[in-house]
Amino acid sequence: MNTTSRRWFMQECGVGMGALALHHLMAEAGVSATASADPLAPKKPHFDGKIKRVIYLFMAGAPSHLELFDNKPQLAKFDGTLPPPELLKGYRAAFINPNSTLLGPKFKYARYGKNGTEISELLPHTGKIVDDLTIVKSMSTDAFNHAPGQLLMNTGNMIFGRPSFGSWVTYGLGSESRDMPAFVVFSTGKKGPSGGNSCWGSGFLPTVYSGVQFRNVGDPVLYLSNPPGIDEQLQQETFATLKNMNQLRLEAIGDPEISTRISSFEMASRMQVAAPELMDIRQEPKHILEAYGAEPGKPSFANSCLMARRLVERGTRFVQIFHEAWDQHGQLTRDLPINCRETDQASAALVTDLKQRGMLDDTLVIWGGEFGRTPMTQGGNDGRDHHPNAFTMWMAGGGFKPGVVYGETDDLGFSEAKNKVHVHDLHATILNQMGFDHTKLTYKFQGRNFRLTDVHGNVVRELLA
Amino acid sequence: MPRSLLLLILCLTPVFGQAVDFVRDVQPIFVKSCNGCHGEKAQQAGLRLDSKALALAGGQSGKVILLGQAGTSSLYQRVAGLGEQARMPMGGKPLAPEQVDTLKRWIDQGAPWPDAASAAAAGIKKHWAFVAPVRAPLPAVKNIAWARTPIDRFILAKLEQEQLKPAAIASKTTLLRRLSLDLTGLPPAIDEIDAYLKDPSPRAYEKQVDRLLASPHYGERWGRHWLDAARYADSDGFEKDKQRSVWFYRDWVINALNGDLPYNRFLIEQLAGDLLPNATQEQKVATGFLRNSMINEEGGADPEQFRMESMFDRMEAIGKGMLGVTIQCAQCHNHKFDPITQEEYYKIFAFLNNSSEGSLAVYAPEEEMQRANLFRKIREIETELQHRTSDWKTRMSHWEATVKTNQPNWTVPKLDIDDISTGGQKYIIQPDGSVLAAGYAPTKVRVKFTLRTKDTNIRAFRLELMNDANLPQGGPGRSVKGTGALTEFEVEVAPASDPKKIRKIKIASATADINLPERELDAIYFDKTTKRRVTGPIGYAIDGNDDTAWGTDAGPYLRNQPRKAVFLLAEAIGDPQGLIIDIYVKQNHGGWNSDDNQNHNLGRTRLAYTTSEQPKADPLPAKVRELLTGTPRTPQQDQLVFSYWRTTVPEWNEATRQIDELWRQHPESESQLVLAERDSLRQTNLLMRGDFLKPGRAVEPGVPAFLNPLPPNAPKNRLTFAQWLVDRQAPTTARSIVNRVWQSYFGTGIVATSEDLGKQSDTPSHPELFDWLAADFMEQGWSLKKLHKQIVMSATYQQSSQVTPELLEKDPNNRLLARAPRLRVEAEIVRDIALAASGLLNPRVGGPSVYPPSPEFLYQPPVSYGPKIWKEEKGLARYRRAMYTFSYRSVPYPALQNFDAPNGDTSCVRRSRSNTPLQALTTLNEPLFIETARALAQTAMREGGRTDTDRLTYAFRRVLTRTPEAKESTELLAMLARQKARYAGAGAHLGEVQAWTAVSRVLLNLDEAITKE
Repeated sequence: MNTTSRRWFMQECGVGMGALALHHLMAEAGVSATASADPLAPKKPHFDGKIKRVIYLFMAGAPSHLELFDNKPQLAKFDGTLPPPELLKGYRAAFINPNSTLLGPKFKYARYGKNGTEISELLPHTGKIVDDLTIVKSMSTDAFNHAPGQLLMNTGNMIFGRPSFGSWVTYGLGSESRDMPAFVVFSTGKKGPSGGNSCWGSGFLPTVYSGVQFRNVGDPVLYLSNPPGIDEQLQQETFATLKNMNQLRLEAIGDPEISTRISSFEMASRMQVAAPELMDIRQEPKHILEAYGAEPGKPSFANSCLMARRLVERGTRFVQIFHEAWDQHGQLTRDLPINCRETDQASAALVTDLKQRGMLDDTLVIWGGEFGRTPMTQGGNDGRDHHPNAFTMWMAGGGFKPGVVYGETDDLGFSEAKNKVHVHDLHATILNQMGFDHTKLTYKFQGRNFRLTDVHGNVVRELLA
Repeated sequence: MPRSLLLLILCLTPVFGQAVDFVRDVQPIFVKSCNGCHGEKAQQAGLRLDSKALALAGGQSGKVILLGQAGTSSLYQRVAGLGEQARMPMGGKPLAPEQVDTLKRWIDQGAPWPDAASAAAAGIKKHWAFVAPVRAPLPAVKNIAWARTPIDRFILAKLEQEQLKPAAIASKTTLLRRLSLDLTGLPPAIDEIDAYLKDPSPRAYEKQVDRLLASPHYGERWGRHWLDAARYADSDGFEKDKQRSVWFYRDWVINALNGDLPYNRFLIEQLAGDLLPNATQEQKVATGFLRNSMINEEGGADPEQFRMESMFDRMEAIGKGMLGVTIQCAQCHNHKFDPITQEEYYKIFAFLNNSSEGSLAVYAPEEEMQRANLFRKIREIETELQHRTSDWKTRMSHWEATVKTNQPNWTVPKLDIDDISTGGQKYIIQPDGSVLAAGYAPTKVRVKFTLRTKDTNIRAFRLELMNDANLPQGGPGRSVKGTGALTEFEVEVAPASDPKKIRKIKIASATADINLPERELDAIYFDKTTKRRVTGPIGYAIDGNDDTAWGTDAGPYLRNQPRKAVFLLAEAIGDPQGLIIDIYVKQNHGGWNSDDNQNHNLGRTRLAYTTSEQPKADPLPAKVRELLTGTPRTPQQDQLVFSYWRTTVPEWNEATRQIDELWRQHPESESQLVLAERDSLRQTNLLMRGDFLKPGRAVEPGVPAFLNPLPPNAPKNRLTFAQWLVDRQAPTTARSIVNRVWQSYFGTGIVATSEDLGKQSDTPSHPELFDWLAADFMEQGWSLKKLHKQIVMSATYQQSSQVTPELLEKDPNNRLLARAPRLRVEAEIVRDIALAASGLLNPRVGGPSVYPPSPEFLYQPPVSYGPKIWKEEKGLARYRRAMYTFSYRSVPYPALQNFDAPNGDTSCVRRSRSNTPLQALTTLNEPLFIETARALAQTAMREGGRTDTDRLTYAFRRVLTRTPEAKESTELLAMLARQKARYAGAGAHLGEVQAWTAVSRVLLNLDEAITKE
């Protein structure tokens, strides 16, 4: 390439060799043969947002609000009796005949924090940070099967094919990291989430915005390590020769896409160094490891929480941990304590850790599942069915009002009774905190401007500080 | 004059004969009250009242103005508020009585409408894509020498208009690689390159085109395109994401394209192959297109809800993949931008709604031969029996007389199903009193059915296992083969007056129409216990042993017959005050994992009881029993009765033994999800906001008014719909596929939004070319191969892709095509290029999907919802083309996903084309890519000549087709030398291999390697 055209590339296309080193985690070629603006370059939202990053602890399988946050003495009182018929009008359940007997809460509650907020005895660590939490007891959704429920919570729609929350955010804000993906996903429970890959997919958005799955043991990203027989010296030589060869082709044919390819390989090279460093939680001081309950080399929810913090420190925009374990149709008294033991301490430690580092102001932590559980029993007296009418979630940081409990359910915890917050409202509110008017964060596809909140959603100002 | 007085006069005056003036009296009414919704901007219900021709033509419900007959004209009825339908103007102020009267008189007078007062029908601009394409005249161009084909004329005309010049023709090596990748998805082999370079013929290029179009790999490359639109995947999706068997459909697509099945036939067979006369297996398999929807069998899911989701998905796939118009918005409301109404959406929906969703036993061609042979032999033996026994007809009718009335009366009771007992399996009650199991299929379940009766003296129960088109291979069971096993059948009773006083009733004996010898369960039913679990005769269902079950798997074909068992009670039961009878149907013979295809449940069953003494299971097959009614039978039906009857004739035991032996030679089938038409019509309702729980008014099958009309008098079924879709007047069907083919070649379609040609679509870059191509495509018999040839023979296609800064500035997105596009190849081809260049490629076409290397943990919790099967291929199947990789929707194959392969969740007609570090890591480090680098090294050393330079050139050409430039050789040879030096200690050969592997790895990772230049 002659000098003129090289300068032209650097100035006009922004893909000069020097510029390539910046903000080029991934670049989408799109329909164009030119390197259009980097789709992951940091972008400004509609207005100044409070939140720069999100860590979403997705309690897949749907935890029981009735055992964890929403204490219902009346439910205990009417344990073993049938619910009032008017309550069940038009109600559909997944497994049970809705006309099943009520089941009183299986665990005790204790009071925590300045306001004496009731939290389950199973969540002592969460209890201790209650003054940092915004608890919403009046969550409501439209789905009562797992896959559609998780899709609605993650994409704003019950059907497959829509972009996930994290991909919308990445699309809207771009990436601040030059060696880590912008949107990272962990899976730590008993199994993967029911909604599968689509929970973090990019739907019809360009694929650069989809979540990248990290493992919390071994190579965090697939194919990160040099394969057997390729040592570091050879890998570096390979990168160097590839760069020279690609450069020769770029000069011959002039396609800026080749520059992008060169930068992709450079980023890959950096990731090979940065990702293992990220994963090496042995670098954390002992008190931090203990606070989370994380053990190096042992995959766990706690390890993932700690890695989530390390990721957001390195500029990752959206981290989501799927802990699929909460589907207690039966064995509620056995399994709920196990789930809480696995998640309570680390969730609380994450909030505390971020706060101590001064990151909680512009980082939002979200905790919650895809729906709630029935006040009615399922099969004997040790389980609950899926329930869309009411459930509890909590948020911490990111300009949400700390130490607040918002919304109420009725006496049986069956339906939200005051200040309903629908999934779309939650999305609208979080996007607002990120600086977006949720009705304007859109992407045109199939002749229509799509958005995360579809045609719904209201910002719940009362939740905001 | 006061208004009321005028009214009075109007009402009293005889109005006949008083001519209405359209312009003075009628048009103002239309303009003020009607044209807002039925005029230029909107045509609700397809009606337009600003144009004479269109108004008289009517709307989607037919004519609204019947000349001279106002009373029966719906225009008059609707504005007068007569009849059931909403009064017009909808949602507006009703017309004044005198206005209504004016309209009535106008129609009665023959609706005179001066042409001058009409918006000319032809002048009305319909959205371009909603008008059937006609061949546009070729534009004049200056550089006529450059333009080889009609395409070039259109492209060049635009370039000249923009004062641009087309690029020079690409080099022969570039052209051959481009052509090979475009037509087959594989790079050219060395001998193919040499043959082309040596061919002096002026037709050399065209010969390559013809060779590649005839390659079996053509169907694979373009088939994969179609499979995107068909949202093909090998699993169900949703949480369990079980494996499904649909690769016969995938192979059908490949074969159809290889055979250049005309695109109109291609669509018809996929939408309605089963409804074609004498539909072949292939034509039924083609309906797999409609079955590529996901299936949710998570516990507790309502099958009807997810049947509706599948229907919506089918509609979207048809809209995106075939029609090229976004229609799914109208699922919930009238489309905001395109003229499709919600009602019209459900009219199309109604065409598809009358279907069963099951699977078909399918056979490879050689198996079909084997079966035909088998049936012929059986027929020969039976014919021989008939020949030998001249009075067989008489004897058979004697036998018929003895068995005709030997069955007791059975009462089919209404059943209540205990929801908890089903373990999440749902039961759909059928009109004949049977129940069909659907949704989630637990592998161990004891279902409780309850009936209440005042009948007394009940002595026995009968359980029929029935076929159903919604069951795998027609059932009667729910296993992948359509079988089921009955572990135990148990009865408990309680008086209605005292429901808690439950008593178990002993079953004295049981009979069945099939009693197979004991055999151990197949491996798929392994339940991780050490128990010896078996199926066998009916006694196993009443022996109190959970390890034994009554099984009805009599081998291929025979296993999918209806069966029955009768359970004789040890005591007669009944209570004139009412008895509650609980029947427990225990089905414990599935495998350990309910989230996999391990269920062994009964599918459709019917329970009945009798008061007869000593009833036994009817040995006659249900179909034969049905034929004994005395009504005249066809010869085929006679033969069916004979086939059973001969088994009861003692002297024919030997023949029957021979036939049984033949049946044992029947090949095992594969299965394929298909759609089949139901016997009884299922009513379609408009769904309010698309919610299946909120059905609105009933809707008849029909098509949107803004598209071509349905053929008159055609039956309203799927076949008619399919034929309508590919009518020559269908405005979008041909355009849609032509645009996507174009998109695949040039990176962007003539309309960039290839999923939607509607009013919100992007403006076509070359509208006249688009129409010309679409019209030509249809007129050339919808031949895709001709379309491909039309494109690749153009000078436009054969340009160099080299780009100058000036051109980048002028046309950054290359919409004008003053150069060829330079595009990273699709995910599958990234892999295929490496396999082909390395020499590892296994070129087999078709067959079951395969499991190339993939990280095991992806298929295990917690990454996967449940454990998934991934038996890494150790043999040659490891090196099959990437399109044969088994595709789980919830766990996409990473090496393909990283390169933007869609996962089949929804129909996809335009892939992203990203360029990411994850891609770099994949081609650098993924195990199979490493294998290809090693193999390329060995191939180069073996076949590339003796010098390093020769070998390098050879390897280079295998990957990139061209020979290296001097600078490139220098760079690569230098690397080779360094590696040789480093690995010298490893021994001469091994060191050499390692050094060449390093260089090969560089070649395979070059930008150019995975790019079509």
